Amino acid sequence: MNNVIRQHFDVLVVGAGPAGMAAATCAAESGLHVGMVDDNPGIGGQIWRGDTINSATEAKHWAQRLGAAKVDVACGTRVFGHPGTGILLAERGNDVYELKYRKLVLATGARERFLPFPGWTLLNVMGAGGLQALVKSGLPIEGKRVVIAGTGPLLLAVAAYLRHHQANVLMVCEQQSWTSLVRFGVELLRQPQKIRQAISLQGALGGIPFVPNCWPIEAMGRDSLERVVIRRNGKTETIVCDYLACGFHLVPNTEIAELLACEIRNGYVHVDEFQQTSRADVFCAGEPTGIGGLDLSIAEGQIAGYAAAGNKSAAKMLCKTRGKMKRFAGVLDNTFTLRPELRSLPSQTTIVCRCEDVDYSRLSRHTSWRAAKLDTRCGMGPCQGRVCGPATRFLFGWSPDSVRPPIFPTSLANLGALSSQSITEHCEVTGGCA
Amino acid sequence: MSATSRFGSDTLVAEQITVTVNGILVVVADGTTVAVAVLLQGTSCRRSVSGQPRGPLCGMGICFECRVEINGTPHCRSCQIVCESGMEIRAGE
Repeated sequence: MNNVIRQHFDVLVVGAGPAGMAAATCAAESGLHVGMVDDNPGIGGQIWRGDTINSATEAKHWAQRLGAAKVDVACGTRVFGHPGTGILLAERGNDVYELKYRKLVLATGARERFLPFPGWTLLNVMGAGGLQALVKSGLPIEGKRVVIAGTGPLLLAVAAYLRHHQANVLMVCEQQSWTSLVRFGVELLRQPQKIRQAISLQGALGGIPFVPNCWPIEAMGRDSLERVVIRRNGKTETIVCDYLACGFHLVPNTEIAELLACEIRNGYVHVDEFQQTSRADVFCAGEPTGIGGLDLSIAEGQIAGYAAAGNKSAAKMLCKTRGKMKRFAGVLDNTFTLRPELRSLPSQTTIVCRCEDVDYSRLSRHTSWRAAKLDTRCGMGPCQGRVCGPATRFLFGWSPDSVRPPIFPTSLANLGALSSQSITEHCEVTGGCA
Repeated sequence: MSATSRFGSDTLVAEQITVTVNGILVVVADGTTVAVAVLLQGTSCRRSVSGQPRGPLCGMGICFECRVEINGTPHCRSCQIVCESGMEIRAGE
């Protein structure tokens, strides 16, 4: 039987990215006993992954404050269940944590949206953020030929990062049109901080071709990627490369919020001015409340942390800063909408659900996510629809089912460490405990 | 709760770690994840249910494409686990 470790916090923060770090720090500085868990091997989230936590100025600032505030941090720890009010279950290796809290702050970040196209399952075809995460985790990229494709501001940030690490970035393919990007640029001009970021980014890009109206239509190679075919202004072009880094903007990680029955509006966790969700004991900050980037995440994290600690006056002082940044989040969503042509990217035999190898032809016969799931096992593999859910939402307009526990596959031994009643509850609903 | 936060890998350049991937020695910098060790060895992480080779996609523990066996434990997400000296990794099978 595996160990069960029981802990109790005034404030528990899930997610140790910028929003979570800010929330945990502010709650702990308000005098409360604060715990923070994160699935990743270190703190910092994706943006400050790996060594970035020691090099980025803002990252160092928050890491230092977090350490000084004596927040109890557990990385490599994944939340999988919510057996009752005020309790989350998490696992780390063979240990199961029963984490009790008075207030919870969800800072679970976002993931990339992936769209299926022929060859996207080949080795070395990855997410844009995916390749960046691997480089931050030690992957040598010097001299490697990389095509970056998809949509969203992340593509440019990844291009600048990879170039800084001596990658040979051949092209950034942005599916959106110039017209929309220009509108986006005009919005940026309203925000001095964003202008500074844009100017420094342009320098960091150093002449990498940035091509709007352009997207990948096929990745080719035997087992591993050898070349990518792109569509550029109506014509096709083949590029020989080592990596294709491809992501179509971001989708929020709302699974835990949904498990806790927090209200979701338009795909995002709905919060009030204090970052409080529809559940009085649950706060939410950062990307799950709207894709808005680093500065907004930190502002929301601080507000959530202070508010969770009952320090509403401190929270209120930050509301104005957040308001300005929030506007930017709306602009992002409107700018990087997906063009309808991308719905015809997959061929009949293109795999859409990578966990269960379900191809497009088997899915296109169905009229709902649920019907497709029951017939094909689409979305029932270990990722539980985190990849194919957003893809089928775009391709077919399907809405995924409600989230059920465990929200990540966990071992029977870990479930067994809890009460026998929990085992029955969990296994009945998962369609397979990994 | 034992704090395992690495606060980044400030020894990234300093120290080398040796692991095996399918019995072959792979030397990586301290702080490198298992997914990277597997990529450096040149193998896929796993075979899909229909037998296709697969490797990392999301790089952040969401997609489960980078699952490997580590020290006899199957289905470990290699992108979320940092290499430790002597780790025995089985991948691409």
